[in-house]
Amino acid sequence: MSFMNWIDERFPATKVWNEHLAQYYAPKNFNFWYFFGSLAMLVLVNQIVTGVWLAMMYKPSATEAFASVEYIMRDVEYGWLLRYLHSTGASMFFLVVYLHMFRGLIYGSYRKPRELLWIIGVIIYVAMMATAFMGYLLPWGQMSYWGAQVIVNLFAAFPFGIGEPLSVWIRGDYVISDATLNRFFALHFLLPFVLAALVFIHIVALHKVGSNNPDGIEIKKNKDENGIPKDGIPFHPYYTVKDVVGVGVFMIFFLGIVFFWPDFGGFFLEAPNFEPANPLKTPEHIVPVWYFTPFYAMLRAVPPMLNSQFPGVVVMFAAIIVLFFLPWLDRSPVKSIRYKGMLFKGAIATFVVTFVALAALGTLPSTPTRTLLAQIFTALYFAFFLLMPFYSKMDKTKPVPERVTK
Amino acid sequence: MKKLIVGMILALLPVTGMSAGGGGPAPLQANIDLSNHASIQRGAKLFANYCMGCHSAKYVRYKLFTEVGLSEDDIKDNLMFAGGKIGDLMTIAMTDEDAGGWFGAPAPDLTLTARIRPGGADWIYSYLKSFYVDPSRPLGVNNTYFSNVGMPHVLWEMQGIQTPVYKYEIHHGSDTVAVFDTEAEADAYLKDKDENHRLERVVDRLEMAQAGTLSAAEYDQVARDLATFMTYIAEPIKLERQRMGIWVMLFLVVFTVLAYFMKKEWWKDVH
Repeated sequence: MSFMNWIDERFPATKVWNEHLAQYYAPKNFNFWYFFGSLAMLVLVNQIVTGVWLAMMYKPSATEAFASVEYIMRDVEYGWLLRYLHSTGASMFFLVVYLHMFRGLIYGSYRKPRELLWIIGVIIYVAMMATAFMGYLLPWGQMSYWGAQVIVNLFAAFPFGIGEPLSVWIRGDYVISDATLNRFFALHFLLPFVLAALVFIHIVALHKVGSNNPDGIEIKKNKDENGIPKDGIPFHPYYTVKDVVGVGVFMIFFLGIVFFWPDFGGFFLEAPNFEPANPLKTPEHIVPVWYFTPFYAMLRAVPPMLNSQFPGVVVMFAAIIVLFFLPWLDRSPVKSIRYKGMLFKGAIATFVVTFVALAALGTLPSTPTRTLLAQIFTALYFAFFLLMPFYSKMDKTKPVPERVTK
Repeated sequence: MKKLIVGMILALLPVTGMSAGGGGPAPLQANIDLSNHASIQRGAKLFANYCMGCHSAKYVRYKLFTEVGLSEDDIKDNLMFAGGKIGDLMTIAMTDEDAGGWFGAPAPDLTLTARIRPGGADWIYSYLKSFYVDPSRPLGVNNTYFSNVGMPHVLWEMQGIQTPVYKYEIHHGSDTVAVFDTEAEADAYLKDKDENHRLERVVDRLEMAQAGTLSAAEYDQVARDLATFMTYIAEPIKLERQRMGIWVMLFLVVFTVLAYFMKKEWWKDVH
């Protein structure tokens, strides 16, 4: 192939192809949980492509934004499809990423030598949250407006006299206004490309250390005479064809929502957001979108201290920051949940219940009982991480086999 | 692991259940049919005649109704009283300031009401049927689905005039401890109770005090036509979206099955 030779002398196309696909050896025992990384990339592409097209018709102005979204929904050819793909895609992105993170949690994918891979992943998650938060303001509906108001006010809770100026600096105004909408639009357009760059770095880091697997075994420790891991198979074609099946199943789920249930009972598109933003009318019940509700529940669980909401804000941000330390909190001699003992398994099960319960509580109006529940679950959330050095060490683990199992 | 997934799904269920609830009486069943073009057309005519004096549907173009079987001339003759072009938006002349002065609040745009109100069409249908005489209100009417509403009962000539039959509930904390048909009975009951007991008058049911020009069934159809129309304009693409979705699903199922067999073929040498 003289054409490829010509290219390869000038650009390492074949080399990159081989290193990252055709001769990148992935463990052969990937299961269901290993679909979500590639699906997350698929959803990111969906968000960028539909987003760019929406931006061609959307107007980032307080007087025109709401009407321009309705214009897209009604007058633009297939505008409704672009918009539903984008709004449903946002929720799918978080769903897929939560499952991807959960995979890392149960199989110990954050353990040495993958600490940096995990940290880059958490940075991606934080960037996603920022992108989603700014994007949610753009339709300029009631929930967009008041949701942004609540979140930006969190920064105003910062003490030492910097809170108020900080929140004004973020908004560009004393209230959420046209100035805020303009800058959120600019950043919402920029951040996905930053995300794409972070995803690239995430994959570079992954291919340096190699993929973990459900057994938590380093397949590079068992190589044949050619230096190929005995339990490895080339990513392409094996995992490319396998991921296509995952894409098919996922698309049935994703497009099923887009075509048949785009508001998802108010969880993906909230009813008050079909009403234009009105600074003079506060909705009865301000709720963030479902993917933020676990953190919102923690924020509300912490009572104000010294007349300041700041402790709640600290707890909420700490809930995310603690994720960065996970690689060093786990002291278990084994990586995968398959060989961990009842202590760790119980902790994971409790954590799942905790996260889902916090998500549920965050969608509901507070009552004294619910606040108490939120406080208990907030404590459990932090206990999972902060007590991990102890219970992971005390845990009775099983011996890890030499080679991967089915 | 499977138990864990099932557990996660089960844990989510009560949330959906609770969010479906809400205050106020349960809406009546409108039983609308979005594929019924005649109903949407009648609803459009009612909307243009009775609603658009005060309410806009400013994200909708008149041209939309060519999608439900009306010709451009039909639309111009029956829906566009002030002239204009077929591609115009359904705006109105009344400003929010004027409406605020006359009714106490601006008349909201109705394009998306069916997507804002919980229950959508059912809520609209219930609301239109539930105006009743209430001399304490500035316009003399109130509504069981929208208490202290600022809107007059625009359709009263058709429906007639309804008067409320009240019931008297005794509340203790958040519980209802007793219900009476007359205020006197409730007062008698309250006499020897502590101050934590409160009397609340609620509308039990509505009675027709003066018949309108339409029978009850005919008026129900009017309310249903308007609910159908407003559901249609809230998302005109809905039925087409679902029709298209069936083909998308069929394609994806075939695609996924083929992808599955392709994967199986490629993987048969992996052990």
